[in-house]
Amino acid sequence: MSANPRIKTNPIGLTREDYKGGKSTLCPGCGHDSISNQIISMAFDLGLEQYKIIKLSGIGCSSKTPAYFLGRSHGFNAIHGRMPSVVTGATTANHSLTAIAVSGDGDTGSIGFGQYKHLLRRNVPMVYIIENNGVYGLTKGQFSATADQDQTLKYYGTNTLRPIDLALEAVIGGATFVARSFSGDAKQVEALMKAAVNHRGTAVIDIVSPCVTFNNEITSTKSYSYGKANEMPLHEIRYVAPGYVPEKEEIVIEDYDPNEVIEVELHGGAIVRLKKLGRDHDPRNKMQAIQALEDAERDGILITGLIYYEEPRPTLAETMHLTDTPLSALPAGKLRPSEDALKKVLASFR
Amino acid sequence: MCALNIGPSPRVKPADDGFIYNDFAFTVATKNGSGSQTSNNTLVYALFKMGIPVNGKNLFPSNIKGLPTWYTIRASKDGYTARKAVTEICIAFNQDTAAEDISKLPPGGVCILPSEWNWGHSREDVIYYEIPVKDLVKTVDINPDFRDRISNMVYVGAVAELFDIPQDKIYAALLDSFKGKTKPADMNMNVVKAAAEWARENLEKQDPYKFAPLNLNGDKIVITGNESAALGAIFGGVSVVAWYPITPSTSLVDAIMGYQYLRRDPDNGKETVAVIQAEDEIAAIGMLVGAGWAGARAMTSTSGPGISLMAEFTGLAYYAEIPLVIWDITRMGPSTGLPTRTSQGDLIFTYFLGHGDSRQLILLPGTVEECFEFGWRAFDIAEAQQTPVFVLSDLDIGMNNWMAEPFQYPSEPLNRGKVLNAEELQQHIEKFGTWGRYKDVDGDAVGYRTLPGTNHPRAAYFLRGTGHNEMAVYSERADDWVQNMQRLHRKFENARTLLPTPIEVWDKAAPKRIGIVTFGSNEDAIREARDWLAQDGVESDYLRVRGLPLHPDVAEFIASHEHVIVIENNFDGQLNQVINVDMEQRPPRKTSLTLGDSLPMTPEWVYEQVTAVVS
Repeated sequence: MSANPRIKTNPIGLTREDYKGGKSTLCPGCGHDSISNQIISMAFDLGLEQYKIIKLSGIGCSSKTPAYFLGRSHGFNAIHGRMPSVVTGATTANHSLTAIAVSGDGDTGSIGFGQYKHLLRRNVPMVYIIENNGVYGLTKGQFSATADQDQTLKYYGTNTLRPIDLALEAVIGGATFVARSFSGDAKQVEALMKAAVNHRGTAVIDIVSPCVTFNNEITSTKSYSYGKANEMPLHEIRYVAPGYVPEKEEIVIEDYDPNEVIEVELHGGAIVRLKKLGRDHDPRNKMQAIQALEDAERDGILITGLIYYEEPRPTLAETMHLTDTPLSALPAGKLRPSEDALKKVLASFR
Repeated sequence: MCALNIGPSPRVKPADDGFIYNDFAFTVATKNGSGSQTSNNTLVYALFKMGIPVNGKNLFPSNIKGLPTWYTIRASKDGYTARKAVTEICIAFNQDTAAEDISKLPPGGVCILPSEWNWGHSREDVIYYEIPVKDLVKTVDINPDFRDRISNMVYVGAVAELFDIPQDKIYAALLDSFKGKTKPADMNMNVVKAAAEWARENLEKQDPYKFAPLNLNGDKIVITGNESAALGAIFGGVSVVAWYPITPSTSLVDAIMGYQYLRRDPDNGKETVAVIQAEDEIAAIGMLVGAGWAGARAMTSTSGPGISLMAEFTGLAYYAEIPLVIWDITRMGPSTGLPTRTSQGDLIFTYFLGHGDSRQLILLPGTVEECFEFGWRAFDIAEAQQTPVFVLSDLDIGMNNWMAEPFQYPSEPLNRGKVLNAEELQQHIEKFGTWGRYKDVDGDAVGYRTLPGTNHPRAAYFLRGTGHNEMAVYSERADDWVQNMQRLHRKFENARTLLPTPIEVWDKAAPKRIGIVTFGSNEDAIREARDWLAQDGVESDYLRVRGLPLHPDVAEFIASHEHVIVIENNFDGQLNQVINVDMEQRPPRKTSLTLGDSLPMTPEWVYEQVTAVVS
């Protein structure tokens, strides 16, 4: 909390500084640091209680980042690609926690692809951020599963395989919130994160985050310059907190593209306000979301924004009909049945 | 090929009337999937209800339907329940194996088989009882759809008549099998009655074997080890189960789901146990790691191949100090091996599971009572020690029916270990000036942990598998690494006296020359063999290991005996190797006896082997 009245505090009296983590050890200019900053801004703006948040990751450059934000939250740096199962267990043990996890394209698209798809299928409540740079940074520059076909890297030659589109996989896999963004678009990243953290279920944000050391050639669709030149936002996105009554906003005029504004109401009353920018994209239409991603790949365009959204289906804990008290907080009396109960069971074995 | 070992006939003496009462065994040979399980269980439960000590073992193939399967039932007036190498009676209901099954009978043995086979009496020294199975089933008014499966009840009826099992005991056993439902019980009983009546009218008893009520079973129960372990977990407060199906561990989680009702919150009807079927064993243990970190009592059950997939996460859990429980119902490896046969072959792999310098705590139940006890106790140990705890059972204990004393309600309250809530954390900081997740403030090598969701500004720490110091801060300093590993080593050493103590049968003041050491399900076979050896004048002391690392008593036992014989059911003598690694001083003489043939150990094998060694 700030003693200096000139330093801005949030609804729970904390400063932005209070939401920071350790000093980053990533390469200077890494897009991942920009994303960490937006997580910090998001949590500060929303006044999130850090003790209610868990932050997790797998292994890789991206997976180092949870150490750099929300220093008062419990963090877990798991093993390569297997963060989804750890989040699944943690949120099952305590469904009152808010999980924010960071993964990379190698983490999610290769070694952890199976866990990624099953996490989506289970609708584990969490924000799943993919910091996607198309290359393995920590092992010094191998192609990842999202690397462009025909792309050439200095030591590893030409990539002959088609890339995996992790946002498309999320839509197909049953995620109810799928977004794509670009680390250079801080405003959009932050707005998407605010919406994602308010989503009940798995919210995937695939963020192209250029690797300044191993994959920043202009020919790569994961480079900073390519992202800047080819980014096509589907809409301007603005997050409106629950209960917030906006002053005069954009005038909504039906059938007047490209400036129509649509609102997507998240559970709990928050609203994502989307202002179309020339594409007639309705994120509530699954086939349109798939088509938009297919078209973007064909045209080499980096479409960004909220690509797909649907009313959340039950989360894993809800599906399992778990008790309202988190399992981790159950008292002994709820964990061990009575001696009489044991006697009755044993009687059935005589 | 018959899976049964053949050895010397057991020492059985007839009663004054010439009959042998309650001291013989059956082999029931059928085809997998033919519905014989109900018939076999009915015989076991009926004998149990007569008060006769009994044990049934299913020797089944890795197959849904069609391959040969054997079920052995042993009655023993002396309470021995190990598998016998020789069974006096063969119910040959699988034509494919009948010749070999009959050839394994001892002289004077009995063969019961369908008369429609027109088998012929291939051995003169065997007594044949032939029964018109198909014709008998046709006489009973039953739905034709059930006819094939129910035909096995014919041998139940014939056995009841030939060997004196009262029909009311058969019916009571059937009611148990069908959970009190009279309709299927009656349908099966009608076949039993028809077969018994036919046997009464058409067969002349020529063999010396009979059952007679004994009333030796008192309050005992009949249960499998996997069901016992599941009950133990339910009464141990398990709250998250994540698993991937694998024989022979599947029935453990099946049973947990069956007992979930015991833990349903009476206030709102909601579940206090989450059971997640994972996509593989890596995901299963990943879920346990997450759940254990977040404060749940988390467990899985698996077998050797699953354990191998769990290696990396196990190392992380060991190093990051996350409590969780893994049941390994061991089957015969390596690789897929014999997936439906028993073994004790995962001991070394599990003990050292993880990369680098890691060793795991292991509990070794040898009875179904211990499966229940270790079922709840494993959580207490895992949380107190903040580490994974493995429980190594095996297919023989896990999937077969065993008689047991009624389980004792947990004698100790739940031990949740060193977990600080917000208030306790504040007190801790005030007392010690700081809190470090991996700081050893009590000298027991176990730090204090906080759980995610603890509302205190200093509660959070960053958990990682990479190098860290005692404050849980990332560190690649050599001294931090060594300090941490030394503490983990101390923690491991301390566990020697915290795990279940060995079962010991010896007089420390006057030890015998021979000391036998074993673990797990070999107990019954060794107990019986030791009695036989004693009759031959070969006295022995006995110790059954129940945990790794080895309790100090094991070292004392080994050091106190002139000749130590380590008996186990794997090929490589894995417990013997662990003893070699763990004990500073080698005993003067130690012999490793290993079986590893995929079958439960028999007293005959133990007797022969020990006799050969000591002579």
